[in-house]
Amino acid sequence: MTNAASPAPLQRTLLSRVMGGVLSLLAAGGILVTIAAFAYGKSAARQSFDRILLGAANDIAESINIVDGVPVADIPVSAFGLLSLAAEDRIFYSVRGPQGEVLTGYEGGTIGDFSRNDLTEPAFFDSTLQREHARFVTVARRFSERDFSGAVFVTVGQTLRARNEMALDLAKGAVLVTGLGGIALLVSAFLVIRSAMRPLDRLTRDLSERDPYDLTPMPADGPAEVAVMVEAMNRFMQRLDRQVGAMKNLISDAAHQLRTPVSAIRAQAELAIEDDPENRTQRLEKLVRRTRSLGTLLDQMLSRAMVIHRTENAKPTVVDLRDVALNIFEERDHEVLAPDAEVELQFGDTEVIVMADEISLREAVKNMLANALRHGTSPVTIGVSAHEGTGEIWVRDVGKGPAEDVLETIGERFERSAASKGNSAGLGLSIVRAVAEALGGEVRMEKSDDGFRVTLALPIAQEVQTS
Amino acid sequence: MNVQGLWRRCATMIALFLWALPVAGQEATQRFVAADAAPQTSLLVRSTTDISIFAPALEAFVTQFPTVQIQYEQWGSNALYSDSLSACEGQSLPADIVISSGVHQMVDLVNRACASEYRSDLTAQLPAARIWRDELWGITREAAVIIYNTDLISAEDAPRTRFDLLDLMRRPSDDLIGKIATYDVEASGLGFLFAFMDSQEAATFGGLLEGFARVDAVATCCSAEIIEGVESGQYKIAYNVLGSYVESVQHKNLGVIHPEDYTMFLSRGLMIPKGASQRETAGVFLDFLLSPQGRAVLSKSTLIHDNNSDETSTTLSAERYIPIGPTLLVAMDKQRRGRFIAKWRDTFGMDAQE
Repeated sequence: MTNAASPAPLQRTLLSRVMGGVLSLLAAGGILVTIAAFAYGKSAARQSFDRILLGAANDIAESINIVDGVPVADIPVSAFGLLSLAAEDRIFYSVRGPQGEVLTGYEGGTIGDFSRNDLTEPAFFDSTLQREHARFVTVARRFSERDFSGAVFVTVGQTLRARNEMALDLAKGAVLVTGLGGIALLVSAFLVIRSAMRPLDRLTRDLSERDPYDLTPMPADGPAEVAVMVEAMNRFMQRLDRQVGAMKNLISDAAHQLRTPVSAIRAQAELAIEDDPENRTQRLEKLVRRTRSLGTLLDQMLSRAMVIHRTENAKPTVVDLRDVALNIFEERDHEVLAPDAEVELQFGDTEVIVMADEISLREAVKNMLANALRHGTSPVTIGVSAHEGTGEIWVRDVGKGPAEDVLETIGERFERSAASKGNSAGLGLSIVRAVAEALGGEVRMEKSDDGFRVTLALPIAQEVQTS
Repeated sequence: MNVQGLWRRCATMIALFLWALPVAGQEATQRFVAADAAPQTSLLVRSTTDISIFAPALEAFVTQFPTVQIQYEQWGSNALYSDSLSACEGQSLPADIVISSGVHQMVDLVNRACASEYRSDLTAQLPAARIWRDELWGITREAAVIIYNTDLISAEDAPRTRFDLLDLMRRPSDDLIGKIATYDVEASGLGFLFAFMDSQEAATFGGLLEGFARVDAVATCCSAEIIEGVESGQYKIAYNVLGSYVESVQHKNLGVIHPEDYTMFLSRGLMIPKGASQRETAGVFLDFLLSPQGRAVLSKSTLIHDNNSDETSTTLSAERYIPIGPTLLVAMDKQRRGRFIAKWRDTFGMDAQE
């Protein structure tokens, strides 16, 4: 039991499972956010630096004048001032005439693969500058002067250091913020989950600290899920408690009840050996009687234990009380028990349906019958009747019944006096009472002019009654 | 006129190329070895800086690193640019270090991917205006000054600002005719850079050009030549002379003025060419120049100008730095440069001479 109570070391705790789940969720989210942040940073950097590039190209295009029929650019310092906002990047620029000839700026390089005539919008493109990746823009300026007509193309390019740096900075910022947020989430998730798990922890602690023989109910506070669990456990423990109790009772009853008859048997047996041969037959007869009575006692004790076990474990089924009475009558045990007695059966045409364990019920009625046969006066009647929502099965004899003081204590687990005398009426009635309790009914003992009647009253099964 | 100029420049370039290819191009060479040392590595430094001015720094370096000897070659800035470009294109062997006062040319070389990267703690400490792409570093701080012959111009007549100089040149007297000198922007990369930066800095540049035209100013090459000319009395005033060259030697009759309207500061550019054979040693050399020790030597050689030792005090707001960065590429633009030089020639009447 102690082994079962202490958690197996390999089993992960619920907290670690949930935290693991939360962690992997956050990690997946973090990876997504990081990718998104880099993409966002890249596009933001591209946009802002593209504007700078375009601004510089427009500045240069603006500075072009036609001097003596030749386009001449007066490269403004401001254009390069703009470009030097990306302080660490190489610069490419070229001003080209209508045929693509370089008027000023750097030779070589590309101005992009577009048809020159339809360049109305600035054309951005990616290429390399001195083997470094670079971004370029080409803008066209058209002239329609007397001595020059055509377009002049300005291409400005720049390497990507500042862009990448900015993209990285933006991404880093975003990742940092989300990272901090993630950590905060994780911590708060941990706290929330732990506080939600606290009733479970308490339950575990209570259980592990509990005395293995302590079967008292546990406090069922905490959230619904835990309460359900605790209730189920309490029910289980109560059942266990009852069974353990029954077992204890059985053992103590057995010890108590068997001691007297067994020692009496031994005494008779010893006497039979020592006594004169002529008295031996008489002694042996006594011995046999004692032995039979012991057998009956044992039967009843076992049947009671069985009944108590069944009332805990067997599921009640639909039972017609008349069937029970009829079966018992037809078994004709009474003819063995009391060959002289007269037994009658009395019930109506309507069925009397209760929810019960038929075997326990039969055992109870058998005991009632046996008591009547043993202690009452013949004739004995087994009857079934329905009365105000209760189904009754009863046994009646025509005798006066037991004395008042016996009536009060009858049906306790056993009666010392009865047991010592070797009879077992108390035990038999205690079985009846146990069955009545288990099935939600009651035992009534009434004296009347007709005789003494013991009734086992059970509630009539509702659904069957209405149908 | 334009086309003619273009032709002429092309011819010059071709001539320079042919000239540079065999050995020449350098104006002077010198080897620096530590005393009693058996150097294993030879560092080839090509620079526009006069040997005499740079020598203390080079000597300090080989003393500290005796396993290295320095082969120092002094070049003109335009020649050095063409040489570096041809080395970059694989037509000649690159130097291990190139140092030039024509910073715009250096920026262009870096932009053409002719330099290799180098990073160290010392380069990381440089301000943004003195470093570009970890491939070009400004190692000095030199002012563009006005110098005058104190025997010929009295201290109160000496122009403290460009406006003073303008006024002086606009005076009706003829005593300044042919007596004002400045760099020839075509022959000197540095001269072009100074003039170009002037043209961007203030409206005074137009006036200055007009004034130069009026007094028949002389555009000539090379700092040493100009300083000598002023000292000897051939010129009375020289405009935009590199202060470091003036201050490196004691001159009896030279006055130095840091113009009070604004003073231009230049930081010589150093780069390690792509394909340099001694790249690591070159990095060590650069770190040495940027180290406190190297800076002390450069400062002593007047290559790092110290404000406290100014003869004329310049306020901080009057300091204009030529920033090392992509904006200098404008100075390399073919058409813009062409127009600028055409205007310059107009002023100095060079077409007339031709």
